[in-house]
This record gives sequence, structure tokens and C-alpha cells, in this order.
Amino acid sequence: MNTVVHLSGPQRRGPDLRELLTKVAFGDQEAFGRLYDVVAGPVLGLVRRVLRDPAQSEEVTQEVMLEVWRTAARYQPERGEVMAWVMTLAHRRAVDRVRSAQAAADRDRRAAAQAHVPAYDEVAEQVENRLEREQVRRCLKMLTELQRESVTLAYYRGCSYRETAEMLGVPLGTVKTRMRDGLIRLRDCLGVGS
Amino acid sequence: MSTAADLHTLTGAYAAHALPEAESLAFERHLAQCPACALEVQEFRAALARLGAAEATPVPPELKLRVMAGIGSVRQLGPGGPMDEHEPASGGGRGRLARSWPKFALAASVAVALGLGGVAVNEHRQAERADRQSAQLQQQAAAFSSLLTAPDARTRTATAGSGVGTVVWSESLGQAGFLAAGLPDLPKDKVYELWFNDSGTMRPAGLLPTTTGSLLLTGGIDGAAGVGVTVEPAGGSAAPTGAPVMLMPFV
Repeated sequence: MNTVVHLSGPQRRGPDLRELLTKVAFGDQEAFGRLYDVVAGPVLGLVRRVLRDPAQSEEVTQEVMLEVWRTAARYQPERGEVMAWVMTLAHRRAVDRVRSAQAAADRDRRAAAQAHVPAYDEVAEQVENRLEREQVRRCLKMLTELQRESVTLAYYRGCSYRETAEMLGVPLGTVKTRMRDGLIRLRDCLGVGS
Repeated sequence: MSTAADLHTLTGAYAAHALPEAESLAFERHLAQCPACALEVQEFRAALARLGAAEATPVPPELKLRVMAGIGSVRQLGPGGPMDEHEPASGGGRGRLARSWPKFALAASVAVALGLGGVAVNEHRQAERADRQSAQLQQQAAAFSSLLTAPDARTRTATAGSGVGTVVWSESLGQAGFLAAGLPDLPKDKVYELWFNDSGTMRPAGLLPTTTGSLLLTGGIDGAAGVGVTVEPAGGSAAPTGAPVMLMPFV
């Protein structure tokens, strides 16, 4: 299977991520620093969307970046773009943290959130990112309500498909198929299909 | 999820990490047999990555310092192994030590060399001692690496001035480590000392050799509630002599 999935968007104009990752796999710290500069913003943004707590989000982002460093040699180009690989790692870590944190008391999470307020401008937003955001929003509108809810509850909030089914009040099987149907539409709208 | 057709509808839930562990593992076995499913998962992940990237946010600069300080002690895996989601995070395999030593290793070696400076020690013994020191440092770096990549590794961060300290701990290993990035410089006769907080009683956990670097804490977690950092006279103290500059609870 040699299909190459192309990601359009801001990352295409940056440095060649595959080349950087190859260097990283050989222990090149400078290349890792450059890769970090490209992927850290998207990783932190996604993780924070899922976790909401800024301090925990930074911790998870740090774990994700160390994981990228550790497993760089295992990346397989024929299985997708570097950015998709990194974002998959990030989402997985964020979801794991959500599910383990559900066992912990909410009080602790609030205390943690208050104890560490990041000193940077949270509303700062690059123009490129705004365009990307608009395209994603436009594509999400192409989905039916149920498809959109299923995809966003799972992806942005880290809900399992059982939780998603409960929240939406629909059978399990329905959620599974709506997630898939929704992602098919998203894939086609964003132009990431083969 | 009894038939292949049923399984195929799980591509979406799998790509979005919405399957419980057991179903996810079962689906991965199916993926290995179903190239069409694998392609679909790949495309879905590319689409979801776009959803994620659209959330991109400015990153606080100290996070990069922490990450760059951390990679020095993380062993990289070799190529060829699986990249499955369920691979144990601490899986050894054909890894190798990261090329560069953590900065603390170099600093510690220099400190040892300076300590021996005024004493007549024959070169052979000095070399033996250096070898032992190096072996200890290698052991420590390996232990730190397995700590950072333990499946249940957790981190908590605090700041001191413009510097950042991160405690990393794993309940399963019962160990903790500390990563420092750009902590304020201290006068020569002072040192940063780490402590385990045993419900209010501080237990010595080691001295930080440099203001940027990493340290595997001495002694196990053993039910400690967190880690604290104080400034102590060179050589360290048996109990803290001042207020903590950083406190990081294990929560």
C-alpha cells in the first residue's frame, strides 16, 4: 500500500518534516528543535482542547514530544504524513489523560489549573491558523448533526463511543456508523483522501 | 463485533480513539488483515489531524527548554519495530543510548576531577574511579530514561524565577526524577537540594548539580506526597534550612 496522504495547510510551507524526522531518528537534537517549532503549537492546541487544564496540557505536550524523540525511527512514511503521526500520538496521550483523570477528584484539577497560569497571550492567533480553522469549520458544517456531534465528542472531548452514545441518546451501533460516515465526509471535504 | 462487516464500521471510532482498550486491540488484529480498513484509518487520522492542527496555539517558550532538557536522557528506539498504539511504552528492543549525555553528567565529571585536583592520585586509580563514575552515570541515565517513558509516568511543573522545574514520577517504578531548565544561578557556597515530602517531613532526595539538567531522585517515592526544592549550603543539609523555592505535589 503506497498511497500517500497529502496534508494541505500551513505545515506544507514549513520545513520538510520527513527530512527532519529522519535526522531526529539519528539523534540530531538540532533537527528535533526545528521539528518541535513546527508541531508544538498544533499539539498543545489539540491537547488543551481535550484537557482544558493548561498545566496538564503542557505536561502532556512534553510527554508527546519526548515520545516523538524516542520513537522517531519507528515512523513509517507509507502510513501517513509526519504531522498526522504526531497528532495521533498527541490525541492518544490526551485521551488517556482524560480517562485517568476522570477517576481523580475535580477539586484537584481546579486547584492545579489555578496554581499554574501560563504567562503568554492565549488569544494570539496567526492568520494562517485562522484560515485553517475556517476550512475545518466549513467542512464540519457538511456533516449531519449526529455525525458532527459523534466526531467532535470523541475527538475534541475524548469521549469513548459508549459515552458519546449515552450523551446523544442513540444506540451504540448508530454512533459507530455516524462516526465513520462523518469522517468520510470530513476526509473528502478536507481533500485528504487518496 | 462478530463479523468483518461489523468490524469495518469501527474504523472511525478507532481512528478517533473512542474504542475501549479491549475492542481497540481486537480491531488492530482485524486491521492487519484488512488493507482497506487500514487505508481508511490512515485517511481518517489525516482528517482528524487537520481538526487538531486548527486548534494550534502559541507555546510558552519554557516548554521547549523543558523538552530539550528532557531528550538528553530519553533512549531512542531503533527502526524496524512495531509502531502500534499498544506497544509497551518502556519496550526495550534494539534501542540505543541517545548520543549526547545529559549536561549534568559532564558537570558531575568535571566536579569529580576538580575534587581530586590537589591530591596526588596515581593515574591508574584515577582512571578506575572515572570508569566507576561513568558507569554510575550510565546507570542513572538508563534509569531516568525508563522513568520518563514508563507507561504511568506523570509530570508536574513549577517555576522559580525564569527557571522551570519538572518532577517526573512513576507509581509502578516507585521512582521520581527532576528536570531543571534555567534555574536561577546560586552563589558557589549554595546548592539546590531536593526533598520527598513525607506528609510534612522532608526526606533528602539529592542535590542538583547544575541549574539545567536532570537528576534521578535518591530513594523511592514510598508514599511521599510530593517533591520540594530548597536552597542549602554546599554539600546539602539533613533537613531544609529555608523555605522551598518549588513544591510539586504528586497529583
